[in-house]
Amino acid sequence: MKLTLKIWRQKSRNDKGQFVTYTMNDVNPEMSMLECLDVLNETLIEKGEEPVAFEHDCREGICGSCGFMINGVAHGPERATTVCQLTMRHFKDGQELVIEPWRAKAFPQIKDLVVDRRAFDRIIASGGYVSISTGNATDGNTHLIGKDTSDRAMDAAACIGCGACVAACPNASAALFTGAKIAHLGILPQGKPEQDRRARGMVAQLNTEPFGSCTNIGECTGACPKEIPLEVISVMNRDYIRASWKKRDDDVRTVRPVTDWSLSSKP
Amino acid sequence: MTLDSKLPSGPIETAWQRTRFDLKLVNPANKRRHSIIVVGSGLAGGSAAATLGELGYNVRCFCFQDSPRRAHSIAAQGGINAAKNYQNDGDSVYRLFYDTVKGGDFRAREANVYRLAEISVSIIDQCVAQGVPFAREYGGALTNRSFGGAQVSRTFYARGQTGQQLLLGAYQALERQVHEGTVTMYPRTEMLDLIVIDGRARGIVTRNLITGELDVHIADAVILGTGGYGNVYYLSTNAKGSNVTASWRAHRRGALFANPCYTQIHPTCIPVSGDYQSKLTLMSESLRNDGRIWVPVKKGDKRSPDQIPESERDYYLERRYPSFGNLVPRDVASRNAKAVCDEGRGVGETGLGVYLDFSDAIKRLGRHVISERYGNLFDMYQRITDEDPYKVPMRIYPAIHYTMGGLWVDYHLQSTIPGLFVLGEANFSDHGANRLGASALMQGLSDGYFVIPYTIGNYLATNKFPKADASHPEAQAAVASVRQITDKLLSIKGHRTVDSFHRELGKIMWDECGMSRTAEGLKKAIGQIRALREEFWQNVNVPGSGDDLNQSLEKAGRVADFFELGELMCIDALERNESCGGHFREEYQTAEGEAQRDDEHYSYVAAWGYRGPGNAPELIKEPLEFDYVHPSQRSYK
Repeated sequence: MKLTLKIWRQKSRNDKGQFVTYTMNDVNPEMSMLECLDVLNETLIEKGEEPVAFEHDCREGICGSCGFMINGVAHGPERATTVCQLTMRHFKDGQELVIEPWRAKAFPQIKDLVVDRRAFDRIIASGGYVSISTGNATDGNTHLIGKDTSDRAMDAAACIGCGACVAACPNASAALFTGAKIAHLGILPQGKPEQDRRARGMVAQLNTEPFGSCTNIGECTGACPKEIPLEVISVMNRDYIRASWKKRDDDVRTVRPVTDWSLSSKP
Repeated sequence: MTLDSKLPSGPIETAWQRTRFDLKLVNPANKRRHSIIVVGSGLAGGSAAATLGELGYNVRCFCFQDSPRRAHSIAAQGGINAAKNYQNDGDSVYRLFYDTVKGGDFRAREANVYRLAEISVSIIDQCVAQGVPFAREYGGALTNRSFGGAQVSRTFYARGQTGQQLLLGAYQALERQVHEGTVTMYPRTEMLDLIVIDGRARGIVTRNLITGELDVHIADAVILGTGGYGNVYYLSTNAKGSNVTASWRAHRRGALFANPCYTQIHPTCIPVSGDYQSKLTLMSESLRNDGRIWVPVKKGDKRSPDQIPESERDYYLERRYPSFGNLVPRDVASRNAKAVCDEGRGVGETGLGVYLDFSDAIKRLGRHVISERYGNLFDMYQRITDEDPYKVPMRIYPAIHYTMGGLWVDYHLQSTIPGLFVLGEANFSDHGANRLGASALMQGLSDGYFVIPYTIGNYLATNKFPKADASHPEAQAAVASVRQITDKLLSIKGHRTVDSFHRELGKIMWDECGMSRTAEGLKKAIGQIRALREEFWQNVNVPGSGDDLNQSLEKAGRVADFFELGELMCIDALERNESCGGHFREEYQTAEGEAQRDDEHYSYVAAWGYRGPGNAPELIKEPLEFDYVHPSQRSYK
């Protein structure tokens, strides 16, 4: 099949960037979107041009590395599918695909389709865990956890941290991502002791990063390749309100968002 | 050179306990004065970095991905073994130990394997405590399933995403330490050389993948948890970024590389569909619990599967191995799939595939049970192939999945370079010639959470660490050597892309050093690899420059190392004149076509030393002794 790809090319964060149009005449409908870019890149290199930089690793939809907008939709038209598993048979012969990176202030551009998602790591670092050091654990069956509870925790824990929720949100909010971790751990008995502290810490960091606010639009859950339910945002809000009622955020330590790469390598 | 494996003497049941007591401790107040570098943030590296941070060491952790949570452990599907015996079905530490030694075809160290089985129990406890949502019974207890090669149900799982959940547990523990300030994380930073000062590993040279800067990091010890080298085959189930570079550069600095030819072919992957194919997708082995594997009895039978009556189907694993059936270990299942395809009975357009059929299980258990167990795998299959496995049998074919070989380590997980420790898939130690399903996650976490925190303490407590910094001549020499490779790759500007070389190398490896090998084929492959490597250094085209994000340059450096590794794998496979586990030499098989070991001559670990470019590597043998599990012909009949 034949496709026209309009791809965002940007050399570096400070470069202005622009769309460049590429025509592909021989796309196999069985190949994935990323394999289609591989084929394009091979031809670009052979022509002496720089290939399109894009993030990818496992190509099985689980590592969360890949992701970009296709015709304005995060990860493209298929529900619950990352671009690495999106096969070209879902497009029509002769179609034009506009491909651009996640656009969000909290995800600074790096190059072409690659963005900086370290804000997500900082949100997890500010409370997205159970503080249990190696060796502290009791027997695995000490806490009996009903199957329904465990399944609900697993639904929230399935988040792959790709950033599609932020890219899809008109406000560029990271509420679904943050809520997913707060819900995963808060549902389980192991996460209960730190439920308040976790909500205060993670929400404080979320607010420190240049993400927008959540206005319950729901684009995030529609774009989510793991179909994280919108309810996790309510869980986050409930946990946060309850926690702040009990205690103010004075003791919460947030970290300053870092956008420079060079500095971070030389602490 | 002789190898001191530091194996404990005395009864195996108490060996690790006694070793732990004998290991020297670092005073709590002194821990923060010791700096440790951890390369890799997967189950092995991530759990090690987190745990060492918890203990109070000053840790720096490096990964090439944009976040430590992306390490390839995340893609493991099926589960993690532990000898909990929650199912009351006869499991024990000793049985897990026994199964693993036997499953590894008697090419692993008994003491290492026993320790792994012993620690397996604590891993589950630790992960549950972190909030890993393992599958549970309605009553709330943890549930288990059986997995290839085992007759007990000892595998813990979180849907088909066990690796993801375990990795997120380790990642969260790691981020907690980042927040505490004990661990500094360096994402998008690739290790390109090891710095050895006065015979000890004292640091690494890294390239910042965004700015291209080369940096020197000095520490008291270096840990590699950098995974396996399956991508030498180009097409594998590994993530695209998985590579051997950290291990290989350490090998070039003196660390021995053990058993490189032991590679595992996973029997259940989605077959190749075209030339553009960039990787192979695994379908969890757990599918073999309920799926039945078959091919048509007749050669070249092109009827659709529902048109082939029961009497014209060959459920070849059930036929040949009545007691294990579809659950035979991976090497056996893979070889049998290849054999029926080679006979011309393969299915699908390419003829390189066999059916994995769930219709009986759906009839017996109902669609909802199958969906509960494998729903996400079925969805993934349908997404990729556009076929509904609830209605049409899956088509599967073996693919490279895991590498048992790796850097040689002693019982303390220390390589032949003092101060360089190697964990998880990157080392060679626990799986022998074949790894059992659900044991990779177990080993990664065992090494990282429960072994290295003890053994590295002993190293730090018993050695002195003279001050060193980036200006040290050894550090400068390492930087210069990295810069030279980078500059060379960028300056060739030839006519072929890095990927085209990688594909060609992968094809040679798959054809001659893949599922079955012959002396003649291996010799041919060595010649082909050398010629192709020479062409690579004359004719590769790496576009762009070295001072920004350049994914072609990253790949080129990794492929350059794969050439050298690929040759060593063939040399190792050629040297090992026997068949064992994943290493199947066609010349050495029983009358029934099973692998034939030669314990008299090959019951050893083959550890290879680097002797400079173009020179034949040096072979050093570590004899294997079996005091508990008597080597026998593996039988799954």
